[in-house]
Amino acid sequence: MKIYILIILTFLSIDVFAQEQLKGIVLETSSSKELPLQGANVYWLNSTIGVITNEDGTFSLPYKFSYNKLVISYVGFKTDTITVTESKFIKHVLKASDELDAVTVTSRKQATSKSYLKATNTLFVSSDELLKAACCNLSESFETNPSIDVNFADAVSGTKQIKMLGLNSPYILITTENIPAIRGASQAYGLTFIPGTWVESIQITKGSGSVVNGFESIAGQINAELVKPSTDNKLFVNAYAGVNGRLELNTHINQKVSDKWSTGLYLHGNLRNQKFDRNNDTFLDIPLKEQINVMNRWQYINGEKGIVSFINLRYLNDNTQSGQMDFNPDLDKGSTNLWGSEINTERFEVTTKLGYVNPEIPYQSLGFQTAFSHHKQISYFGLNLYDIKHNSFYSNLVYNSIITDSRHNIKTGLSFTYDHYDELVNTDIYERTENSVGGFFEYAYDDLDKLTMTAGVRLDQHNRLGFFITPRLHLRYTLWGKSALRASVGRGKRSANIFAENQNLFSSSRQINISNSGGKIYGLDPEIAWNYGVSYLQGFNLFERKADVTFDFYRTEFQNQVIVDWENPFEVNFYNLDGESYANSFQLEFNYNLFDGFDIRTAYKYYNIKTDYNSGQLEKPLIPKNRVFANASYETSIKENESQWKFDATYNWLDSQRFPNTDLSSVQLRLPEYSPTVGTLNLQITKVFSSKFEVYLGGENVTNVRQPSPIVSADNPFGSNFDTNFVYGPIFGNMYYAGLRYRVK
Amino acid sequence: MKKVILIVALLVTSITFAQNKNAKASIEVDGVCGMCKDRIEKVAIRTKGVKSAVWNIDTHELKLIYDERKTSLTTISKNLASVGHDTKEIKATEEQYQSVNPCCKYRDEDVKKDHKNEKGNGR
Repeated sequence: MKIYILIILTFLSIDVFAQEQLKGIVLETSSSKELPLQGANVYWLNSTIGVITNEDGTFSLPYKFSYNKLVISYVGFKTDTITVTESKFIKHVLKASDELDAVTVTSRKQATSKSYLKATNTLFVSSDELLKAACCNLSESFETNPSIDVNFADAVSGTKQIKMLGLNSPYILITTENIPAIRGASQAYGLTFIPGTWVESIQITKGSGSVVNGFESIAGQINAELVKPSTDNKLFVNAYAGVNGRLELNTHINQKVSDKWSTGLYLHGNLRNQKFDRNNDTFLDIPLKEQINVMNRWQYINGEKGIVSFINLRYLNDNTQSGQMDFNPDLDKGSTNLWGSEINTERFEVTTKLGYVNPEIPYQSLGFQTAFSHHKQISYFGLNLYDIKHNSFYSNLVYNSIITDSRHNIKTGLSFTYDHYDELVNTDIYERTENSVGGFFEYAYDDLDKLTMTAGVRLDQHNRLGFFITPRLHLRYTLWGKSALRASVGRGKRSANIFAENQNLFSSSRQINISNSGGKIYGLDPEIAWNYGVSYLQGFNLFERKADVTFDFYRTEFQNQVIVDWENPFEVNFYNLDGESYANSFQLEFNYNLFDGFDIRTAYKYYNIKTDYNSGQLEKPLIPKNRVFANASYETSIKENESQWKFDATYNWLDSQRFPNTDLSSVQLRLPEYSPTVGTLNLQITKVFSSKFEVYLGGENVTNVRQPSPIVSADNPFGSNFDTNFVYGPIFGNMYYAGLRYRVK
Repeated sequence: MKKVILIVALLVTSITFAQNKNAKASIEVDGVCGMCKDRIEKVAIRTKGVKSAVWNIDTHELKLIYDERKTSLTTISKNLASVGHDTKEIKATEEQYQSVNPCCKYRDEDVKKDHKNEKGNGR
């Protein structure tokens, strides 16, 4: 025992006595002689440790491994920041400056950041991050992010599907500026309707979100903040061309109308009119596409009265054609000559936001949001017809204030939503109206130190989901410096739009069956799930460089789920969950700044997702159990002429994925139980010429990994085995692109 | 009718005599940096009756909203002094002042000079 004490004491004493001192001298040049400078400030950057030099110009201050930038300043001299890597004697000469210079502390803004203080597990993605992989729309902007999985939905639509915690996008609440944006009819393709350049930043929250935005979120929330007329560039142009025949053009024009009003016109057009069939299965590898997307934003700011307002008008027209190479819609539509598909979408949207902050009492504010959208999709997939019209109205009134003092914040308000769906599925018409009125109350506590908490509850009266309570709770506790331990729990409820969300299944010969259980949505019951999560974030210094590590574990348990069962190769069955269904997700993430300008981000993920199907408990199909993600980015320092190079590489490895059961198919069309593993690598180089102009060049899937024959029974598309949904990897292979950005501030 | 007048009169008087629940004040608090800001705002908000406290590094102005029935500027100033910050009304004792971090020694000309450079850096 004594020995232990001795050892401990020895370590303690080392800690106490081993504090190194950094010694040095500060000099000035006076009539070409170096003279000691008395009274100069010497301190460690971003610390509280500093001293003033003595009469002989010398100084001595504690040195720690974690410090590396020493700032030396004196009035009338240029402030210098020098890098110190060991506690060696320092001799530094300060240069006189004619005018007083401010210390230019250039701390590089992180492209993605995690808050140590927020109660929710939120990742903030800035526009810089979005530029890392020249993404053209929101669905492609998550490629450099490990929290979101990006998968192909099917082999024909070319749409990328996102997943969080192993659950697909219907379980994620996707909002633009906190207004629910991608839901209902736009669920499947909505992410491709938001051009990447319109996005200013993205916040990704894992776990149940805030009750303020409704009751629908289950796995998490993704909020996209759009660019604002008052802060965006006066003129911005982004042009993109890919070897897969994709051309995109984005133009932003912003104008100040008066001292309070600003307006912006955002135009986006994309075109893909070249046909490719690299795997020779007679099907297009990527669909033909045309999209016109226009947004006009109006922003009103009145600082004196504390009023901020936004009005957005949007119009979208999106046409997609896919199927066999020679398919001609005019001749072959509705026939069995050739298999083809067209999806034509038209969408109109008006959203408004009004915010009022009491100028007398700044903690009181009132916000009112409304959104109206009209969505019309006319489509066919071979001989399957699918049309959907969705009119939606959303409004939310939020009042913010405090109880006793600003450590206790409250948010309360009312919301009203209305949705009308009108669908045609082959010969069946499904029409329904959903409306709800709800009230919410959220209390947030911040002890200004270690603890923050958000507890919210909402009550909703919904014509189909009934009257129900949605509780949500988030906690954050800081155990010690630069750490955050979080926990969350919450409930979510939603009506599953079974056709809109699973449109990919129309691109098969499957028979659609709905087991009517007398529920109010297609005869099915609403989905209800509880989500529990814990996460731990620790920031630290490794070899004097910033690093952080995050562990998180989330479990989603469904009380009811609408099961999409395609375990029979000739059918797709929709029915209510009978038994258990859960999704466990574990993620380990490590981020490190290896040297100036070079950041690495790595993640490992493990999923365990099981559902009780009618045929027994099975792993969810087409979800890899293990996933490894790595991203490296390097930026050279900005030169005086504002030029800079940026490099970015992302590697993704996916474990084998379970294929739905194909035992009933004929032997030659049966698939193995599991897919092979896939690894893809994306690269991008950006050359910044000035703050006005930059050029980028990139490659997706540069190692040219391909799923050899993604379509089952491609040679007999009207036969009973035809299916395009067994997709686990890239179809097109490697793809290179180039583009430019031009901006006038 | 009389009753109504009485009620109205009562209401009016009670309003007149009631001390302001949302009194606003701005006092000068000495300090130099973001760390001081943290300390100043925390102690101010933890004073019972204070609803909001925002301190500005550049102007040294502490904007307060507080309930006059529960606290006064003197109490707030006392609390500020207790963590080492001077106000016009109450100066922190030497002992209290010494409790602040070395870099926050706002009475020290050199420290002040040090932090001058930080202004406008959004700290």
